[in-house]
Amino acid sequence: MWIFEVLGFGQKGWGGLLIVAALMTLCVTTVALIIGAILGTMVAAAKLSGNKFLRTLGNIYTTVFRGVPELLIIYLIYFGGSGAVTAIGRYLGYEGFLGLPSFAAGALAVGIISGAYQAEVYRGAFLAIPKGELEAAEAIGMHRGLRFRRIIAPQVLRFAIPGIGNVWQLSLKDSALVSVTGLADLMRTSQVAAGSTRQYLLFFVVGGCLYLVLTALSDRLFTGAERRANRSMPSSFSQA
Amino acid sequence: MLQDQQIDNATATANRLSVRNIRKSFGELEVLRGISLEAHDGDVISILGSSGSGKSTFLRCINLLEIADEGEIWVDGEQIQMVKKQGKNIPVSSRQVDHIRAELGMVFQSFNLWSHMTILQNLIEGPVHVLKRPRAECIAEAEALLEKVGIAEKRHAYPAHLSGGQQQRAAIARSLAMKPKVMLFDEPTSALDPELVGEVLRVMRSLAEEGMTMLVVTHEMSFARNVSNRVIFMREGQIDSDGAPETMFSDAASPAFRQFIGSFRG
Repeated sequence: MWIFEVLGFGQKGWGGLLIVAALMTLCVTTVALIIGAILGTMVAAAKLSGNKFLRTLGNIYTTVFRGVPELLIIYLIYFGGSGAVTAIGRYLGYEGFLGLPSFAAGALAVGIISGAYQAEVYRGAFLAIPKGELEAAEAIGMHRGLRFRRIIAPQVLRFAIPGIGNVWQLSLKDSALVSVTGLADLMRTSQVAAGSTRQYLLFFVVGGCLYLVLTALSDRLFTGAERRANRSMPSSFSQA
Repeated sequence: MLQDQQIDNATATANRLSVRNIRKSFGELEVLRGISLEAHDGDVISILGSSGSGKSTFLRCINLLEIADEGEIWVDGEQIQMVKKQGKNIPVSSRQVDHIRAELGMVFQSFNLWSHMTILQNLIEGPVHVLKRPRAECIAEAEALLEKVGIAEKRHAYPAHLSGGQQQRAAIARSLAMKPKVMLFDEPTSALDPELVGEVLRVMRSLAEEGMTMLVVTHEMSFARNVSNRVIFMREGQIDSDGAPETMFSDAASPAFRQFIGSFRG
């Protein structure tokens, strides 16, 4: 059977490369999620702060990076960033094109976009914390840092899990766009495999299935985390 | 003049709680118009008044959840340091504010237990993280407190799984775990179903009998009358009348207070 041959792990098989590519997709998305979590926390804090300048800055961030196509951001960071690096190289006497590493550029681009969505998730989660619980923390003598660590952060995480699960799924699919930079992720590898074997239908279906496997598995992970985090809620809540 | 001030400060130092001429406005609205109060060790003071009279704001000013625009506050002999900024008081040191708050127990109308922690975790949170005391010791004390307020069997439950009365008793125990110098109660039974009010009042009563200094903003006339040793009636941001319950609930009371109680008897 030729299908087993092209999909297998033998010399002519693409199986091994596809698995590696799926792991690459997972890696880019994970790094992007972490970058997004850091940016998202800062942007959410800015949007919730009393400082008007910070609030405006936060609003601009979420408006721009949710409003501009993902592909454009990726191009901007990869080619724009490479252009800047090349210019610096020329200044230092190096002639020729200098590229940003495609993994770093891709993870950064997807992370920046993910950060815009995560900021909204964290902001909503913060607002979901009952005001009285924050007041009780103040009243017992907790300083600002302690309140954040013991009362705010755990509850923000709890309320944010469903939203973060959503952002993860979006980022996983956005990461396919990183293939335009030549990174051998699942999208790019499926494309190359399809092109070189001329089995377009087969490889795009297989690529799609692998994406589905990744999203389905991670969805289960997030549902589990959500159930765990909701132990403290009334029973009607955890069933939802 | 200077001597008067010194004598004055001496009483403030001797008292558990001393509040001098507190004023607070929200925008144009002046909510507190010069309130003073001295609480001695073991005093149980009920603060009565119709809604909007400023009694909750007064209580919140004491532990600085609201910052009074003017006035002095002393807790157990220590004055809260303030500076004037654009004519309004601002605390000098947030560290002192936290330290004062840790000495004042606050019980809220809506309980405000931390919903992501079990009851036991709620109780040890302050002692372990604010007072930095050894965990094992705090757990032992917390369990004794839960026993005392009658919810020992709920120690590993989350607040959402408790009735309102149980939550409020847990909230009182959480405040007590900090070994406060003064307990402040902000309408502790107002959010409870009528049949659950009794269990919370019983806990408060036993606290009063143990000699805890308490300020209680309440609508429970029987508590004010039978448990407290002093009743303060607030009206339009000022203290209308102030006295022992025997005199306050007699014919000698001010007309405004008599009218206020009358509205309760229906």
